[in-house]
Amino acid sequence: MEVLMSVVIGLLFTIGTYLLLTRTLLRIILGTSLLSHGAHLLLITMAGLKTGAPPILNEGVTEYVDPLPQALILTSIVISFGVTSFFLVLAYRAYKELGTDDMDRLRGNDHE
Amino acid sequence: MKINDVILQTITKAVSFIILAFSIFIFLAGHNNPGGGFIGGLITASAFVLLYLAFDMEFIKSVIPIDYIKLTALGLLIAVLTGVGSFIFGQPFLSHTFGYFDLPLLGEKTELATAVIFDLGVYFTVVGITMTIILTIGEDQS
Amino acid sequence: MSNFIILPILIPILTGILLVFFRTKITLQKWLSVIALILNTLNAGYLIYIVNQKGIQTLEIGGWKPPFGIVFVADMFALLLVFTTNIIAIFCLWYAFKTIGKGRESYFFYPFFQFLIAGVSGSFLTGDIFNLFVFFEVMLISSYVLIVLGGRKIQLRESIKYVLVNIVSSILFVSSVAFLYGITGTLNIADLSVKVTQLGLNGPLLVVAFLFLIVFSLKAALFVYFWLPGSYSAPPAAIAAIFSALLTKVGIYAIIRTFSIIFYQEPQITHQFIAWIAALTMILGVIGAVAYNNVKQILAYNVITSVGFIVFGFAVFSKDALEGVIFYLIHDMNIKALLFLAGGALITIAGSSQLKDMGGFIKKHALLGWILFITALALAGIPPLSGFIGKLLILKGALAANSITFYWFTGIALLSSLLVLYSVTKIFMNAFWKEPNTNVESNGNIKGILAPCIVLLLFSVILGVGAEWLYPFVEKAAAPLMDPSIYIDAVLKE
Repeated sequence: MEVLMSVVIGLLFTIGTYLLLTRTLLRIILGTSLLSHGAHLLLITMAGLKTGAPPILNEGVTEYVDPLPQALILTSIVISFGVTSFFLVLAYRAYKELGTDDMDRLRGNDHE
Repeated sequence: MKINDVILQTITKAVSFIILAFSIFIFLAGHNNPGGGFIGGLITASAFVLLYLAFDMEFIKSVIPIDYIKLTALGLLIAVLTGVGSFIFGQPFLSHTFGYFDLPLLGEKTELATAVIFDLGVYFTVVGITMTIILTIGEDQS
Repeated sequence: MSNFIILPILIPILTGILLVFFRTKITLQKWLSVIALILNTLNAGYLIYIVNQKGIQTLEIGGWKPPFGIVFVADMFALLLVFTTNIIAIFCLWYAFKTIGKGRESYFFYPFFQFLIAGVSGSFLTGDIFNLFVFFEVMLISSYVLIVLGGRKIQLRESIKYVLVNIVSSILFVSSVAFLYGITGTLNIADLSVKVTQLGLNGPLLVVAFLFLIVFSLKAALFVYFWLPGSYSAPPAAIAAIFSALLTKVGIYAIIRTFSIIFYQEPQITHQFIAWIAALTMILGVIGAVAYNNVKQILAYNVITSVGFIVFGFAVFSKDALEGVIFYLIHDMNIKALLFLAGGALITIAGSSQLKDMGGFIKKHALLGWILFITALALAGIPPLSGFIGKLLILKGALAANSITFYWFTGIALLSSLLVLYSVTKIFMNAFWKEPNTNVESNGNIKGILAPCIVLLLFSVILGVGAEWLYPFVEKAAAPLMDPSIYIDAVLKE
């Protein structure tokens, strides 16, 4: 299972990086969200998958899954949810103001 | 162009309240089972979004007159103040406790936890933030 | 008692939330935010007093014992930086009152300013590496909002790049935390130090250490600084000042914390590498500062040079050098805020940030001219001012290291100081001593915005003259960095 997950994480990182390097702003945002999914999966895989029961105190259960990565991943998902939505709004505003979503045309060294 | 959305509107009238009730159930279930403020908040927000989709934006604004930014702030305030509450009892920040009480209607030995108040803050914050984000883009008319 | 440790984070967050409710009452917002920062400063002062008396204090959030729960650790190093942060924030806020404008004020400038301070203080005080990530994000999200507030074209364009770079580095941060957790099974900084020492810093752990270095370098603008000049020149002066004073410093703080307490075991690999990139940063930064003829660009490249210098001091990793680093960090926060505020005033007068559009301001604005000149001297480290003692200690430490590379790097550091002085005096010469430029009428109004600059300048003098008085505190701050066991014992209470 861990090996399969590693492959998935690798794929997510690959596709995310590819999308980051494209020129359209929307694709870049998709790329960042794919990358963050990769990072979150990595976080949960690193702690070991399916090593016991869900980490809620119950009678007759001795083996629990490590609860910490789940707390971490939740925090991290919330943060990336907030940042991604901010980035989307920002990109939308920028598109309306600047009239383009092409990163090549957003380059600029004129320093108004 | 006027879209005929009678079906959507009729269904929304019924479904949105089911979603809202479900979101409160999920919110309260969060103590010992999957659920909690974050997911409950998201489900509530999805009910609101459905309303906004089915009806006119101005109409919904008059029905649900909530300033979502203030709702976010209120939620944050509740969450942070729950943490500060532990100062009064000389405990470290964000310490939580729980106890069993006999309440009318809810039955004997009902478990009440201070963590629920914190979760209520999370719930308000998530509803507020999600709606703010969606409406910010949605309000744009052009 | 120990709940006082959370207050530097809690006060700004609570104030920020309250300010959202008073969206239209801007005068009230101003008063509340200043009062909160003053309270915060007093609290930081009290904490410094306590830590000076009783040693490192910790707070276990929710009563969960380390290494399982999140701890906040108030050691002298963190507290000195929190204290400086709050003082500088007060003056940047004062400057913002006069300059920031109605539009930004009604779009939550003051709440996000408070959240920024909370994020910065939290990053300094936390004793948990994932919590560090969370506070980084609090700080960064506030900074995203502040940088784009106002929505001018250049701001939108530059903030996209700023946000993108930071998102990518945050993702790297989460990944490196994941690897670290997978290898060691803990995230508490003190506990990590113990575990990493047991396992030995080699193989995968070394890779993780370098991943962390990349992440923090991106935040601190160490070597990978390409995002900095653009994004720091987009927002108005008050915001640029607080960014340059605080944000890169938090990155530097994170480098110092992780590489002195967690990954300190193999200095000949890690610290040597850090020294190399720090030296490169100094060179490249100073080239930028000398080459540009635009005030904003010159100031931004100055930030990069000083990042290089501070991190070089850290890489030397001796008692003298670390004390120098702490002195210089405090000085640099102060002086960079001052530099950007004074630069902002200059741009207000000239109505442009190009040096060619300026000239002859000495007649009308002599005070600003001399503020800028003295700031330049402080930047270069001329004795009575604050930069001197930090620079002296870092260079003393570097020369004592007795290695050919460090001799070279010391030479680079000295040369870069000289060129920094040149780059700022270039602004002074062009704007104030050059023949008046007939095309430009100096019609910008800077009435009242020089007062915060003067007070910051006074601080610089006090820091320089009072170095003797400050020294015991700095010595206490540097001790856990040289000997992590002090920190570990205080946190894990073994």
